[in-house]
Amino acid sequence: MKYIGKKTHRLDGFALSRGRPVFTDDLHLPHMLYLKVLRSPHAHARIKSIDTTAAANIDGIVSILTWKDFPRHYFTSAGQGYPEPSPRDMLILDQTVRFVGDRVAVIAAESLEIAQAALERIQVEYELLPAILDPKASIANPTVIHPETGPVDIYAADRNIAAYFQSELGDVDRGFKESALILEGEYSTPYVQQAHLEPHITLTWLDANGRLVIRSSTQVPFHVRRIVSELLVIPVGQIQVIKPRIGGGFGGKQEILNEELCAAVTLKTGRPARIEMTREEEFYAARSRHPEIIKLKIGVDAEGLFRAVDLNILENCGAYAPHALTVMSVTAQKALSLYRCPNIRVEAQAVYTNLPIAGAYRGYGTPQGIFALEVLMDEIANELNIDPIDLRLRNCQEVGDEIPIAKVLGEGSEGFPIVLHSTGLKDCLEEGRRSVQWQEARQEVKTGPIRRGIGVAAAGHGTGIPGIDMGSAFLKMNEDASFNLLVGATDLGTGSDTALAQIAAEVLEVPVEKIVVYSSDTDFTPFDTGAYASSTTYISGGAVKKAAEKVKEQIFSQGKKLLGVDQAVIRDGFVEADSGERISYAEICTRSMYTDDQMQIMATASHMSYDSPPPFNATFAEVSVDTETGLVQVERIVSVTDAGQIINPPMAEGQVEGAIPQALGMALCEHMIFDEQGAPINTDFTGYHIYTAADMPEIVVKFHEGHEPTGPYGAKAVAEIPISAPAPAVVNAIYNACGVRIRKLPIQPEDILRGLAQLS
Amino acid sequence: MLSVRFTLNGQPVTAEIHPGQTLLEYLRSTGFFSVKYGCGHGECGTCTVLVDNMAMNACLLLMPVLENRRVETLEALESDAELAELQELFIDEGAIQCGYCTPGMLLSLVALLREDSKPDINAIRDALSGNLCRCTGYVKPVSAAERFILCR
Ligand code: FES
Ligand code: FES
Repeated sequence: MKYIGKKTHRLDGFALSRGRPVFTDDLHLPHMLYLKVLRSPHAHARIKSIDTTAAANIDGIVSILTWKDFPRHYFTSAGQGYPEPSPRDMLILDQTVRFVGDRVAVIAAESLEIAQAALERIQVEYELLPAILDPKASIANPTVIHPETGPVDIYAADRNIAAYFQSELGDVDRGFKESALILEGEYSTPYVQQAHLEPHITLTWLDANGRLVIRSSTQVPFHVRRIVSELLVIPVGQIQVIKPRIGGGFGGKQEILNEELCAAVTLKTGRPARIEMTREEEFYAARSRHPEIIKLKIGVDAEGLFRAVDLNILENCGAYAPHALTVMSVTAQKALSLYRCPNIRVEAQAVYTNLPIAGAYRGYGTPQGIFALEVLMDEIANELNIDPIDLRLRNCQEVGDEIPIAKVLGEGSEGFPIVLHSTGLKDCLEEGRRSVQWQEARQEVKTGPIRRGIGVAAAGHGTGIPGIDMGSAFLKMNEDASFNLLVGATDLGTGSDTALAQIAAEVLEVPVEKIVVYSSDTDFTPFDTGAYASSTTYISGGAVKKAAEKVKEQIFSQGKKLLGVDQAVIRDGFVEADSGERISYAEICTRSMYTDDQMQIMATASHMSYDSPPPFNATFAEVSVDTETGLVQVERIVSVTDAGQIINPPMAEGQVEGAIPQALGMALCEHMIFDEQGAPINTDFTGYHIYTAADMPEIVVKFHEGHEPTGPYGAKAVAEIPISAPAPAVVNAIYNACGVRIRKLPIQPEDILRGLAQLS
Repeated sequence: MLSVRFTLNGQPVTAEIHPGQTLLEYLRSTGFFSVKYGCGHGECGTCTVLVDNMAMNACLLLMPVLENRRVETLEALESDAELAELQELFIDEGAIQCGYCTPGMLLSLVALLREDSKPDINAIRDALSGNLCRCTGYVKPVSAAERFILCR
């Protein structure tokens, strides 16, 4: 292959490296209004009265909207498939506020300062309601967070259960009876933040024809268009959503967070409007990872082979439930499909609390489940005295294995049966074992106050949502043999525009520079479900490949006609007859446009897949534990991934390198905390520490290159897979270093010291 | 209103401002979009500018303190051949993902290089430690900077 698997510069690299104005906010619109949202200071309250007179009297205030200004139309902010699998439990503005940060009113003013000043002048009288802050106390609680009759598809609103499922395959009780060893544990993961550097930002205006334009930092432009259309009751055809370059998303922008408010102001006033979340608002009013409390019980035979797994998930979805069902469904699916097991059972419930709303975050439930599974694996290996790598190797799935849980747990409904067509997990484990010199490292003698240790964890993910994700592409040829590739797919900084160009270039046999990509504009690019579920290369890439094949077919047939031959080949940008006579791509296109058998060479294609081939990863962590202070230092991470054929090596490496510090953050230092009233405590980067350049351990990234027969050129997903295994690998390394077993993230020095005290 | 005189990208300017205005607000409102908002508290580095050759967070600088000082943004350095080389290495190395942190990182490196023409990897890491990046894990930005110093 000429372009696939080769280093290719990012198409947007030049503009981004020069700081060119390519982001949502890099645009000044005349007469723009600045929006600010008044947010609830209470975790749970009813608005008794709201007086906006004083605020409205401030010079420069143009509009103030409260719950009275919007119809009670319930929706979900989750940008997912349609009909949505998430309960419709929120209103644009409501009379009840359900977490500190919930929206109370929106102010539109001539400047940000004026809007800010008006915030303080709105007088709200609240009737305080009891708040639920502990997910374990939610179900039996006399307080009901969503008592209204309007919401749709809440599983059991009276018991605060947003979503629920259970399932059993095989006979789990019998499986446990047949087991030689049964171990169980409770594992919990924290509220963590996507923390993309560019906040949520949206601009809206009316174009010359009065159509609504939404320029937004979103991963899901087509879902934005659909949801805004529904909420503001304007036809889809009257809305254009444009996604320019965006400053990271990681799932946080798979959500309609502000677009509908901004659009409402533009529709009401006829003026351009801008809303940007502050960093502080990002921390409590945007989205986060669902904290989960997982009870996991595994039975194995004497050889360590799985006999039965029982998984119980309690997911805290916060005050509303976007992605609540599907995230825990992914938790279950990924935790129950990494290893072979004849008997599996799962029960999962998502409960409401009066805390910030969780949503989609890279990994989408997988890191939580893999954390529980991979720590318990280490405990089993230890108990059976089997090497943890060997224990995993014995239980690994093989090519041809069915993944029955995939059929049971789909995207909110029954899914599709999945058969493994490729797996490199064993190779990843073996490659890592060699690379870290596992045996020697494991057996290093531990003495002194600083103990070093090494641990391993594995993970699997998916590639797109089978039967649901759909991408499409439009490709047309220009007379200099360049091509415009228009795709609905959303590059959120991942480089997907470049990867898609490489796929088109490979098919068409032209240099990547000849492919001009334009993406994510609902007026000009065909539909795509959006950038999530690691689907872009696989699903949208599939569409690009098909469209390019059709275009190539047209070039070929026009070329043969122009040469007057039946037989020819395509070589180096020419169609070449047996005689050696040839005609260039450029000439074929030019003559097709202007003189001969006139036509525009172009094609469209869509792609959807019932497969969702899992990529795999094995992560090795080397840590040192200071037994006097309880501080854990990660010294090195070796991450080996099977993502099938890699399309662009530096970009794929970049995905892994970026996922690791996010994962280590969840393991060691990232944690949204709240006071007893449910108010957030750490709402800046000082209180909520994300990895800096100075904190980074040594990172070694390796790929086991395989070939996934269902993927474009053999590719599987790479963006999410590397984020799940680092946290359990660190926990397992800590155990190896000092014998302390951690089951709750983030790992706090006190937990280490307490564990050490218990050991001695 | 207050007026402040300083040099911006080599040009003398007189800015009419409110005393509470930050350099970040001023620059964005006058079209210097390479300088970005990420936190407003001096914690993320997306608003990095050079003030008298030092990398500083524009969100923390109130306009009046700039009187008579020399401010540079990435826009000014378009013609700087050395910087262009560093930018090309960022592209070549894959050091740019979403690119939101990139202008800030580049300016932090420029400030470092003006002070020390052969910094080691620890100095590079230190220089970049005020520029948060959520995409790259800093691996490729650091190696791009190392390559730049090596081939200098
Ligand atoms: S915006 Fe200035 S440091 Fe973050
Ligand atoms: S490249 Fe996205 S924040 Fe650095």
